[in-house]
Amino acid sequence: MAEFSLPANSRYQDIPGRLHKAPPGATNVRSFRIYRFDPSSGEKPRLDRYEVDLAACGPMVLDALLKIKNEVDATLTFRRSCREGICGSCAMNIDGQNTLACTKAIAEVKGEVRIFPLPHMPVIKDLVPDLTNFYAQYAAVKPWLQTRTPAPPDRERLQSKEDQEKVDRPSACILCACCSTSCPSYWWNSDRYLGPAALLAAYRWIVDSRDEATGERLDELDDPFRLYRCHTIMNCTEACPKDLNPARAIAEIKKLLVERQH
Amino acid sequence: MSFKSPLGKVLGLGAAGGSHHWWAQRLSSIALVPLAGWFALALLMLPDLGWVGVHAWLARPSSTVLLLLLVPTALHHSWLGLTVIVEDYVHAPLGKPLTILVLQLLHLLVGAIALYAVLRIAFGSTP
Repeated sequence: MAEFSLPANSRYQDIPGRLHKAPPGATNVRSFRIYRFDPSSGEKPRLDRYEVDLAACGPMVLDALLKIKNEVDATLTFRRSCREGICGSCAMNIDGQNTLACTKAIAEVKGEVRIFPLPHMPVIKDLVPDLTNFYAQYAAVKPWLQTRTPAPPDRERLQSKEDQEKVDRPSACILCACCSTSCPSYWWNSDRYLGPAALLAAYRWIVDSRDEATGERLDELDDPFRLYRCHTIMNCTEACPKDLNPARAIAEIKKLLVERQH
Repeated sequence: MSFKSPLGKVLGLGAAGGSHHWWAQRLSSIALVPLAGWFALALLMLPDLGWVGVHAWLARPSSTVLLLLLVPTALHHSWLGLTVIVEDYVHAPLGKPLTILVLQLLHLLVGAIALYAVLRIAFGSTP
């Protein structure tokens, strides 16, 4: 049957976390409760509490994480790079929602800021999930232009403005995995269901007017698990920090698969 | 321990086709809106819910024809939906195909009994 709860050795409730108090003289203290887990230590996961003085910290959740790592606890592990919502590295579950730590303002969270890794993924350490399978799913949809007609020798392959607009939004996906890891269908069947991010990428190439592998792409998706595990739950669209609409892309793929039969 | 590459695992056994299943589920749900609506309303509007009254209503040609449509449509829709639920949640290597098989047999059995009952009421002797 499906596993609805975590294995016994990865429950944290009975493990007291460590408390890192704010420095004396702090004027605007905010509490952050952060998931800590090191599989190689043999210890269960725990929730550590960090008191951060927001008077000496940037406005975003990532600013607080960096402040903690730099000044309080260097063992706290997370991914980050661009700090402006374009690299997708700092995706995590903040205040119950998958989003990017760099574009999530601390002020948006009421009360304690609770931070977990992206749900239902193997944890490498603390807030760093193992995205191997996620990236393999992206590779599986062949996210590149496929053509049989050779490119014109003297220019690029042309595309109308209207056709470009069709791929404009789906191309803005940064592969942060917020959508796929918010999807219950992906939680239960990520070994066979491609998930919203990979399907959005597939759709981006299916609607590209320059691509000549549309039929093959649809063939590859026409599967009870790869595509049709999507039950239109819409968590993906709700979670997307770039305001993209993977749910609609999936629905469009399903429509195309019916359209070509009639 | 498997040395299969992550991409190899994702590609798995290839695409098996699922659009017919999806389309059949949509079609049957659309068909069920008027059929189920008619069934519920007709039952509610019957003046007498006793055996004789319901029997007479079922024996009418219009009721029989609509029930002959409703029973297979509802069962097919149920079979499609329950199969998806089993595929979602049952991951045991033998348990999954066995559950799906039992479900299909149950639906066939219920369908046979229901259709037999409808036809018997329609063409059987009046009580």
